[in-house]
Amino acid sequence: MDTSGKAYWHAVLKLIGVHLFIWALVSYGFGIVFAPALNNIHLGGYPLGFWFAHQGSMYIFIILIFVFAKLMGKLDEKFNVHEQ
Amino acid sequence: MELQTLTYLAVGLTFAIYIGIAVWARAGSTSDFYVAGGGVPPVLNGMATAADWMSAASFISMAGLISNMGYGGGLFLMGWTGGYVLMAMLLAPYLRKFGKFTVPSFVAERFYSNGASAVAVVCLLTMSITYIIGQMTGVGVTFARFLGVTNETGIYIGMAIVFAYAVFGGMKGITYTQVAQYVVLISAYTIPAIFISFQLTGNPIPQLGLGGSLTGQDITMLARLDQVVTDLGFGKYTTTTAGSTLNMFVYTISLMIGTAGLPHVIIRFFTVPTVAAARSSAGWALVFIALLYTTAPAVAAMARLNLLSTVNSAAKTGGDMYAEGTSLVHAERPDWMKRWETTGLLKWQDKNNDGRIQYYNDKTKNQAVLDKAAAAGWAGSELTVNADIIVLANPEIALLPNWVIALVAAGGVAAALSTAAGLLLAISSAFSHDLLKKIWMPSLSEKGELRAGKIAMACAIVVAGWLGLNPPGFAAGTVALAFGIAASSIFPVLMMGIFNKKMNKEGAIAGMVAGISITLFYVFAHKGLFFIKGTDFLGLIGGANSFFGITPEAFGTIGALTNFLVAYVVSKFTPECPEHIQHLVEDVRTPRGSKVIGGAH
Repeated sequence: MDTSGKAYWHAVLKLIGVHLFIWALVSYGFGIVFAPALNNIHLGGYPLGFWFAHQGSMYIFIILIFVFAKLMGKLDEKFNVHEQ
Repeated sequence: MELQTLTYLAVGLTFAIYIGIAVWARAGSTSDFYVAGGGVPPVLNGMATAADWMSAASFISMAGLISNMGYGGGLFLMGWTGGYVLMAMLLAPYLRKFGKFTVPSFVAERFYSNGASAVAVVCLLTMSITYIIGQMTGVGVTFARFLGVTNETGIYIGMAIVFAYAVFGGMKGITYTQVAQYVVLISAYTIPAIFISFQLTGNPIPQLGLGGSLTGQDITMLARLDQVVTDLGFGKYTTTTAGSTLNMFVYTISLMIGTAGLPHVIIRFFTVPTVAAARSSAGWALVFIALLYTTAPAVAAMARLNLLSTVNSAAKTGGDMYAEGTSLVHAERPDWMKRWETTGLLKWQDKNNDGRIQYYNDKTKNQAVLDKAAAAGWAGSELTVNADIIVLANPEIALLPNWVIALVAAGGVAAALSTAAGLLLAISSAFSHDLLKKIWMPSLSEKGELRAGKIAMACAIVVAGWLGLNPPGFAAGTVALAFGIAASSIFPVLMMGIFNKKMNKEGAIAGMVAGISITLFYVFAHKGLFFIKGTDFLGLIGGANSFFGITPEAFGTIGALTNFLVAYVVSKFTPECPEHIQHLVEDVRTPRGSKVIGGAH
């Protein structure tokens, strides 16, 4: 396995990319652009697009940060660049 | 006990606690003063960051705006939380590894230039002062209502209090004070929301109550609200966007990247022990912030429904609101209306002389609504409610006990003061450390630096208080402008500093100057030069929101794009970034070898 700084940085960028894609999808996608279409579906008493804008995206943001922190920790160890 | 006595008691008691903590934790060395010795645990740091972050705009103003805007108000919710994701992934861990005290000292080293640092300081000061103007306005409104003093006196009292603990306590005082403030403000926000959610939907959790059904009725809360507001000629609550979809889109981006570029929030991540902790700290901060932010839309929708059903008895049951005898008789109005009438923020004018309050959208394009209103003998909407009173009046509207109302007052004051204090600290360190010590007077002693920082704080309080007496808008609007400024200047330079190792000082400086200039130009065109009333120049840019219908609050996104673009182009035509800086950037990208930030610098 390539454990150079370059390979590590490449892996980091990939991880950031995946997380930012989800970040943008739930807020700008589901919360704004696709909201009118999603509003035809209901989550309890919430129209789904409205829910993403007023509730859902925030819950997903929190999950994203903790998952990202965890995966980055693993990545740091894998490439042996973690703090001692 | 009397409401007024209880309010004095709640505000007084919480103040005593904050000041007590600040005095108890009086700072010693400069390192303690700025970053609390680098040893604040992530969860507590998250709470303090949350208090620091949630200002008068979040606490007092935001739910009121959402209440009026409906779905479109979601841009504040997504915008002001989504930035933390960017912070955790793109900035916090790297800045922590870099091991500098402040944003300008990062810029100075990464771009090997005191000039770049000076430009960053100017951007930071512009942004922070704009932000504090909003806070001071919020402080003024809160004090005016609850202590029964004028708006001006309220601002003066607020200035004195902020000065006391920011100047004498420093960061350590502020960190622990802010943990206390968080506890006060989150209880003040959620307790009334729990009461109201239970009253309306039978579900005590506001986040679920908002999606629940009305007690004793076979209809959801939101469906009833949609029906009532459209019957009265307002836009449908769950679908009305904020201006165009494009405006809502860029407004949200501006708030998100502005959040990630806020110096007084970034500085928080220098106080955690490790790079790994910097990543999760942003998550903890967001957990505590989301507690308020996910409650806010429930507060907004429920306050709207409660207000409408107070004025029109048919609103809650879904009856015909234009029927005879449904409108509230003015002489029988509840006490809270009388209280707010004295502040001038709630007004009634009996246009059709029937002694009743009619409240609807008389500017609607919907002819059916206008016909119904005319048939019922309504001669225009008679009630004006300032959006900014919604949160403060919310417990009164729902007729909750006096102690809850007093608690909300204490929370409002906590929110406004805590953010002002955090910002003052960022101003103080930018001025004394980054400008004086690093550029103008390198021989300055530690003591002298500390004193200069305190003087800078005092000056900033006076300027912000003075501008706060005549603000460019209410808290949330003014604060959104500050985010635009941060978005257009600070966020891009930090991003490029970490993710583009070839970015040089010429590019960074040109980018910052271009980004903040174009943003300020657009903002000042709408709001007046340096926010001084009457100096706006809308004619020059072809009218309000002339750039694709984008409002000045949302323009930070365009400023940021300009910044990135100009920086990239300039960097291609100027000398390449030196080798050792490129190595430095590579080193910053890995956590290994991070040091606890000490006092020496």
